[in-house]
Amino acid sequence: MTTSILRHASASAGILTAFAVVGTALLAATYLVTRPIIAETEKQAKLALIGQILPATLYDNDLLKDAALLPPARELGNRDPTTVYRAVKEGKPFAAVLEVIAPDGYSGKIRMIVAIRADGEVSGVRVVTHNETPGLGDYIEIAKNSWIRIFEGKSLSKFTAQEWKVKKDGGKFEHMAGATVTPRAVVKAVHKSLKYFAANQDNIFSLAANTQEQAK
Amino acid sequence: MSTDTISYKEIIWNGIWKNNAGIVTLLGLCPLLAVSATVVNGVSLGLATALVMACSNGAVSVVRSWVPNEIRIPVFILIIAVLVTIIQLVMNAYMQPLYLVLGIFVPLIVVNCNVLGRAEAFASKNPVAPSVVDGFMVGFGLTLTLGVLGAMREIFGKGTLFSGIDLALGEPAKGLVITVFPDYQGFLLAILPPGAFLGLGLLIAGKNWIDQRGERLGARG
Repeated sequence: MTTSILRHASASAGILTAFAVVGTALLAATYLVTRPIIAETEKQAKLALIGQILPATLYDNDLLKDAALLPPARELGNRDPTTVYRAVKEGKPFAAVLEVIAPDGYSGKIRMIVAIRADGEVSGVRVVTHNETPGLGDYIEIAKNSWIRIFEGKSLSKFTAQEWKVKKDGGKFEHMAGATVTPRAVVKAVHKSLKYFAANQDNIFSLAANTQEQAK
Repeated sequence: MSTDTISYKEIIWNGIWKNNAGIVTLLGLCPLLAVSATVVNGVSLGLATALVMACSNGAVSVVRSWVPNEIRIPVFILIIAVLVTIIQLVMNAYMQPLYLVLGIFVPLIVVNCNVLGRAEAFASKNPVAPSVVDGFMVGFGLTLTLGVLGAMREIFGKGTLFSGIDLALGEPAKGLVITVFPDYQGFLLAILPPGAFLGLGLLIAGKNWIDQRGERLGARG
């Protein structure tokens, strides 16, 4: 009796194991085939997004190769090292693209990229991911509204700290009725990233290129 | 259900109308309500589900005689999870923008109870061909519901139809977007989850009305 139960149980276990092995093998094969394609698509998507805020004609280096890792910084809203893309024109620093998180959106973190030119002016800002309310707070997405372009050409020298706020808080930045929390978070994060850039500009451009991005 | 009583016509009719997963059995509502804000999102996830169901039903049917009864559920789940992950990787590679839009709902197809339900109720007892048809048709019925619900919500919520089709078919398809109401201000309720519940309620009511009307006419005639 006991042996028959044992035999039955081990047969079941063997069958389950066989299915698990075949399934894992199938997944591994699919992963190996799709991995380079996914990496390439992601790279293109990233370049396309950066290209919107930093036209590729303005610099002459390979952005993705000239990326470096920045240590975590409170101004950037992150706890992990983030990638910075450095644009160089004829050997001179031209602009940097920072990955910035606005931690205080209406529904959680708003992830953005901010391109800042060497003269301290914002070249452009784009929201990468967010969970803001559809129809209310999602106008920060370029696909929904051109509001995010409000930052282009702005800098620390053009606006004072008081002016780097949404209109409702006495600043200079327009926002839409019904959703103040979202633009407030975005304005604050862009302002902080400008301050970070001003304080760390030399460091950002002298960091050794770290192409971990490709190794990942 | 034995082999000789299987009628493809019945399988198709059950999947699309009589036991429609979206509006009759009301299974797998989580993705139904979450992604049906536009036609393109709804239909894309519906088709991905239908594809998974056709493949999982087929695979389950092939292995059904080798799987001991007591471990059938883990084996079915394993098969479904493998298929969904493969589809997820392929979507990520070739339709990344759409993949990003559908997000977490693609891996969640694994726990869509329609998929395991059909594997258990149909594919584990029937030959391969009808199982594949059954899986696809139940998924297709879900796709139709998602498409109609998506169209309702998109027209009332955004005033457009097929917005975001370029995410699925590439940039050239952008011309296919139809603006139903130009300069429409949008109707937020339809886009938010409550709009999905209201729309689904209307669809169920509509289906019941059509069925009952058919019965009345049948009784009279």
